[in-house]
Amino acid sequence: MRKYSVFAVAREALRGHKGWGPHWASPEPRQQYDVIIIGGGGHGLGAAYYLAKEHGITNVAVLEKGWIGGGNTGRNTTIIRSNYLYEESMDIYEHSLKLWENLSQDLNYNVMYSPRGVMMLSHNIHDQQSFKRHINANRLYGIDNEWLTPEEAKAYCPPLDISKTARYPINGAALQRRGGTARHDAVAWGYARAASDRGVHIIQNCEVTGIRRDETGRVTGVDTNRGFIGAKKVGISAAGHSSVLMQMADVRVPLQSQPLQALVSEPLKPIFPCVVMSNSVHAYISQSDKGEFVIGAGTDQYNSYSQTGGLQIITHTLDAICELFPMFRRVKMMRQWGGIVDVTQDRSPIQGVTPVPGLYLNAGWGTGGFKATPGSANLFAYLIARGEPHRLAAGLTLERFRTGRLIDEAAAAAVAH
Amino acid sequence: MLLIYCPYCEEERSELEFRNGGDAHIARPTNIAEISDEEFEAYFFLRDNPKGVIYERWRHIHGCGRFFNAARDTVSDRFITTYKAGEPKPDLDVEPKTPETVETYEALEGAAQ
Amino acid sequence: MTGVNRISGAGRLTPARTARFTFDGRTLTALEGDTVASALIANDIHLVGRSFKYHRPRGILSAGAEEPNALLDVSRDAARRQPNVRATVQEVFDGMKVSSQNRWPSLAFDVGGFNDLLSPFFAAGFYYKTFMWPKAAWHKLYEPFIRRAAGLGVAPTEPDPDHYASRYVHCDVLVIGAGVAGLAAALAAAKAGAKVILCDEQPEVGGALHYDSGTVIDGKPGYDWAQATGRALAAMGNVTLLTRTTAFGYYNHNFVGLVERVTDHLAAVDKTLPRERVWQVRAKKVILANGAIERHMVFANNDRPGIMLASAARTYLNHFGVAVGKKVGVYAAHDSAYEAAFDLKRAGVAVAAIVDCRERPGDAVLAQARELGIEVLAAHSVVNTTGKLRITSINVARNGGGTTRKIAVDALLVSAGWTPSVHLFSQSRGKVKFDAATERFLPGTYAQECLSVGACNGTDDLQATIDEALAAGELAARAAGAEGGAQVALTGRNAFDWTGGMHGAAEGAGADTTVKAFIDFQHDVCAKDIRLAVREGMHSIEHIKRFTTNGMASDQGKLSNMHGLAIAAEALGKEIPAVGLTTFRQPYTPVTFGAIVSHSRGSLFDPARKTPIHAWEEAHGAEFEDVGNWKRAWFYPKAGENMHEAVARECRTVREVAGVFDASTLGKIEVVGPDAAKFLNLMYTNAWDNLKPGRCRYGIMLRDDGFIYDDGVVGRLAEDRFHVTTTTGGAPRVLHHMEDYLQTEFPHLNVWLTSTTEQWAVIAVQGPKAREIIAPLVEGIDLSNEAFPHMSVAEGRICGVPTRLFRMSFTGELGFEVNVPADYGQAVWEAIWARAEPMGACAYGTETMHVLRAEKGYIIVGQDTDGTVTPDDAGLNWAVSKKKPDFVGIRGMRRPDLVKDGRKQLVGLLTKDPKVVLEEGAQIVADPNEPKPMTMLGHVTSSYWSPNCGRSIALAVVAGGRARLGETLYVPMADRTIAVEVSDMVFFDKEGGRLHG
Repeated sequence: MRKYSVFAVAREALRGHKGWGPHWASPEPRQQYDVIIIGGGGHGLGAAYYLAKEHGITNVAVLEKGWIGGGNTGRNTTIIRSNYLYEESMDIYEHSLKLWENLSQDLNYNVMYSPRGVMMLSHNIHDQQSFKRHINANRLYGIDNEWLTPEEAKAYCPPLDISKTARYPINGAALQRRGGTARHDAVAWGYARAASDRGVHIIQNCEVTGIRRDETGRVTGVDTNRGFIGAKKVGISAAGHSSVLMQMADVRVPLQSQPLQALVSEPLKPIFPCVVMSNSVHAYISQSDKGEFVIGAGTDQYNSYSQTGGLQIITHTLDAICELFPMFRRVKMMRQWGGIVDVTQDRSPIQGVTPVPGLYLNAGWGTGGFKATPGSANLFAYLIARGEPHRLAAGLTLERFRTGRLIDEAAAAAVAH
Repeated sequence: MLLIYCPYCEEERSELEFRNGGDAHIARPTNIAEISDEEFEAYFFLRDNPKGVIYERWRHIHGCGRFFNAARDTVSDRFITTYKAGEPKPDLDVEPKTPETVETYEALEGAAQ
Repeated sequence: MTGVNRISGAGRLTPARTARFTFDGRTLTALEGDTVASALIANDIHLVGRSFKYHRPRGILSAGAEEPNALLDVSRDAARRQPNVRATVQEVFDGMKVSSQNRWPSLAFDVGGFNDLLSPFFAAGFYYKTFMWPKAAWHKLYEPFIRRAAGLGVAPTEPDPDHYASRYVHCDVLVIGAGVAGLAAALAAAKAGAKVILCDEQPEVGGALHYDSGTVIDGKPGYDWAQATGRALAAMGNVTLLTRTTAFGYYNHNFVGLVERVTDHLAAVDKTLPRERVWQVRAKKVILANGAIERHMVFANNDRPGIMLASAARTYLNHFGVAVGKKVGVYAAHDSAYEAAFDLKRAGVAVAAIVDCRERPGDAVLAQARELGIEVLAAHSVVNTTGKLRITSINVARNGGGTTRKIAVDALLVSAGWTPSVHLFSQSRGKVKFDAATERFLPGTYAQECLSVGACNGTDDLQATIDEALAAGELAARAAGAEGGAQVALTGRNAFDWTGGMHGAAEGAGADTTVKAFIDFQHDVCAKDIRLAVREGMHSIEHIKRFTTNGMASDQGKLSNMHGLAIAAEALGKEIPAVGLTTFRQPYTPVTFGAIVSHSRGSLFDPARKTPIHAWEEAHGAEFEDVGNWKRAWFYPKAGENMHEAVARECRTVREVAGVFDASTLGKIEVVGPDAAKFLNLMYTNAWDNLKPGRCRYGIMLRDDGFIYDDGVVGRLAEDRFHVTTTTGGAPRVLHHMEDYLQTEFPHLNVWLTSTTEQWAVIAVQGPKAREIIAPLVEGIDLSNEAFPHMSVAEGRICGVPTRLFRMSFTGELGFEVNVPADYGQAVWEAIWARAEPMGACAYGTETMHVLRAEKGYIIVGQDTDGTVTPDDAGLNWAVSKKKPDFVGIRGMRRPDLVKDGRKQLVGLLTKDPKVVLEEGAQIVADPNEPKPMTMLGHVTSSYWSPNCGRSIALAVVAGGRARLGETLYVPMADRTIAVEVSDMVFFDKEGGRLHG
């Protein structure tokens, strides 16, 4: 792999950038792999990378039915934070955040991790109680998260309206300074490049149509639109389509696929520095390096694989944004889109073994999958390599829906991610 | 925003008047106190989440207030039919995916190789 | 004089009606009806902006919504300033201020232009490869620099004083686009009797007829026919004609969003008018008549000011009466550009040459060029241009190389052909198909109830367009149920049939790795960037788009997508359809947030719910808190009191005398019917059969998963009638939950549910003197302990109005809750207050209510519980029937994890130092010295200073809590560690005698 650096760029600048090769190779699939990962998003590509890097397993293929990074990796609002409530959540999101902090250097690819701070607004006493519960839990767990007064919140994010006459006045905020954003496409491409460099096969336009098992029930490989591909182990990391793939192995899972919408404004010069979230009024917003306001809306109420949703969802979000930032009313929406998120009843992910030997599942990240990318990928690789979950992901098993050991971040805080 | 036909009101109304109620035809076991943990998990948590026709419940919450069922294609979001609660699951002669609609994982994707 | 380039006698504007505006401080005169672009060009100004990345000088490229370059800052006053306004769309009004963007210190001399020299370094995706060292520098150094450089306009900095409106409307046929096709379709649909909405983004109907001077329809010049038809349609009762209205989004089930610009073109604004209005249209049928967009030519330095689309130059001349230059050149691969040369030549403008990269231009246009004496250089290409701030010349060479010829021009009109506008069709999730013969994507498979007609459907011939549109209009009307009227027939002819068209880089555009041949002007994406992306392994068009940012600017690739695709296909060695097309998403053009928000702002953002007693509370100085969307009286400070003092006083007064509290926000549901008790048996953990009429009981409601969902007191008024109360926030979801089970799981039960939250005002009178306060006001109810003990309910009258009177307590004191019809709420409150105040009682708010209930260990669902608490966790096992065979949650709460040891249980906490009040949300540990991550046993759910106990009190959930009574635990805070002792939950009047006082 050719190392990326300012010097390499300067050298290429002098010769019309003719010397750059492909980010990742596009080989023909082999007959048989040690591990197949279904889903070429950040989680799947990252898992392949860590399988190769940390577990020495390089006979790996990532099968992507479209183009890599084209699912939720490429259509989210790129928020990164780890200030969750439950230990199971803190474990995985903080593991992830630590990996984010070194990811550009690790991959030799600038993923533009920008710890600009994630500020969550509190509007009432219930919010305040909930945020302080988070802040205290985070502090004792070694995760940064701090309480701001309304004035401190405004100092951190000047366009914010903290007037007492607002319909839902702001009575404080929780700030995680290490939280922030990253460049979503770069995550997929950076992992793909680094994984490909270590021998991983990245196979695009390869849709899995069946999961084959032997007479003992163990996974033997997958049928695809490019024929059968054998594998000793198969990992599913295909947000939105997890249920569809698990059905191929005759396993029902506690997931629902729903449209999640987002939008960006026209590009504007920088006007606020951080990520702002409000659960009470349902909005989150940041400003990209290109100057666009990146705004996350809610999920539609019904199951759908359509990657579209209703205008009323977007409307509700913009209502809230314009309440928090009345000066943004004249800003214009440039593009809206939808992704498909698979959500669990406790709004926490599933990562673990399945009833089918050799088949592993990474799913249910709902609206929080992007921030988890490196951590989830890293621990999914561990799960696949060792056949059992890492300590930091031990609570995320499918089993919890039977035992009742749920990790109910939604019930605890009603947090939009 | 969907347009939904309420079989009680016998009218098409905007989605704003309705609330989705999740999967239809999942009966709460009459002996629920006796069922196993696995059976409870299957009843309460496990779902088909089909890519294709879903049988789902809606409530005309800002209208007549009634729950009813619908068959809808989750790829095109098109309703195939709606029917009153308690009526049997219709035997639909439809393909699991409405064939002429496309899934837009950026819709018009050519070969990426 | 309204500009040196204004040609007298040309165009359709009225010379006498002028408007003055400023551009970068310079005052200019325009004609009414001018766009900013036409007015600037009339004043010989082409340089209007700087590009995003290289800060290249840029001019006006188009005359429509597809404009990528001419984005300006337009203001009426300081608060009404709008960045990124397309000069080609914005109409001039008298007094407007216009400024260029993204330049410093001036448009002509922009320091950022230095970037252009460094451009070899800034190749597509370069930022992924660098800025990685040292690690912290990305966020601290590089990113702030990049952020400052990026972005176009400056965001508004003042709250928007304008207002916006929104309308929902249904129609039979929505026709989008009022060019020839749209007008004809609307006419046919309207004549058939359908309810029609016709919209167009321009100020007038006519579409391409604005510039296409040679068209004759129905015997009239095309533009005149369009205006006459528009007037005729507008006069019909079944037609709504909306101009300045863009259909921005095609959503599910034929739901289309339109945005109408109401006042942005007016000098004097009627303040009652909205600035913009969003129309949310549900149409039975939609007819898409979106037309086509002309493409530019891709060649070296094709971005200089003065280079523009040929059709735009015709619009400026034929509609606005403005010549885009004095000596123009044309560079084309399509016949349509010739007509621009013809029009300009006839208007007296010199045409230097028509350079056509095709071997064989159309015969008819060639003949006409000869006739007009215009030199045509077929099989030639423009290989370069000169001119720093405005084009001064073009270098022309024969295809395949050879000597170049320099031709002086002050404007260059370009056309590579036309791209059908399939944006809305694609948004409707229809699938486009590639027409190989004409090399364009056209509507293929329809996903919704719509039809495409005219240029957006690939129909080129005028008569064919008219016939297609008339047929579609009638078909749509019939399909929507219209049964009226006559068929419409129309004839039309145009001056020339057009041929030609090309995609991608033109021949002779120069070395493919260094030359700047722009595809996406706003994002500075060149042909070489696409090729680089392919070299770097970006083989999907979506990857190429994202890597180069082609098509991601505010014009969303209206001009650039097809060029980028063609260059990618060439680099990949594939056919265009094999590479694919990126998805068109809503909106078609950017839409103001405020217009989408409309009235939903300020107090209408989420209308506040207020109780019938709210006005009294306000008048008596209450502070309010938001609980859900209710405003609740929080505490009543007297002069000079802070919150702490007020709450302490209220707390003491209630226990010493009495207090009056507005409990109207509690959710209330009337459960009625012969099976009402059976139903409640299923919905609550408690048993209800044995509750006698006239008595009430505290009930717990679970979800089927066994966790606490809600709680409240339920009174039985009769065998078949219950008065159920819920938490304030829980009322709607509890009713929905009950309806769900009643309708779908237990439909055999004969029960009716009615929300009565708003029907009853609820006045809680609590304290030793509670009975004395209300007794004289109550008729028909014996309030004695014997006749009306704790947890009783009776119907009677108070102050002469009907009441449902509850003897119950959330304070631990003798207490009553007086329910009266909401309309009488304030009057009854005032009557009670008139008795209470002289006795020394107080009005108290939610904060005091919280403290008093905590003193008694009464929980608040949602504060002391979250969605993970079982009745046993909350110490409420006594309220769970052991005999009932079924209730919602009976199985869920028996799952292994919900019954295992060590679960978090609700307990009391007493700080070792009684003066220290714990923080709600603080975490609890056993070993305060454990290194992080620490083992957390639980958290503080409620914590107050208790004036009646004279110390702090707290409730908390603690792992294995009830087995830890008396144990010392620790609450580590940022600045200190607080030692606490686990206690039971009742801190005051442990025996509970006061309830029965």
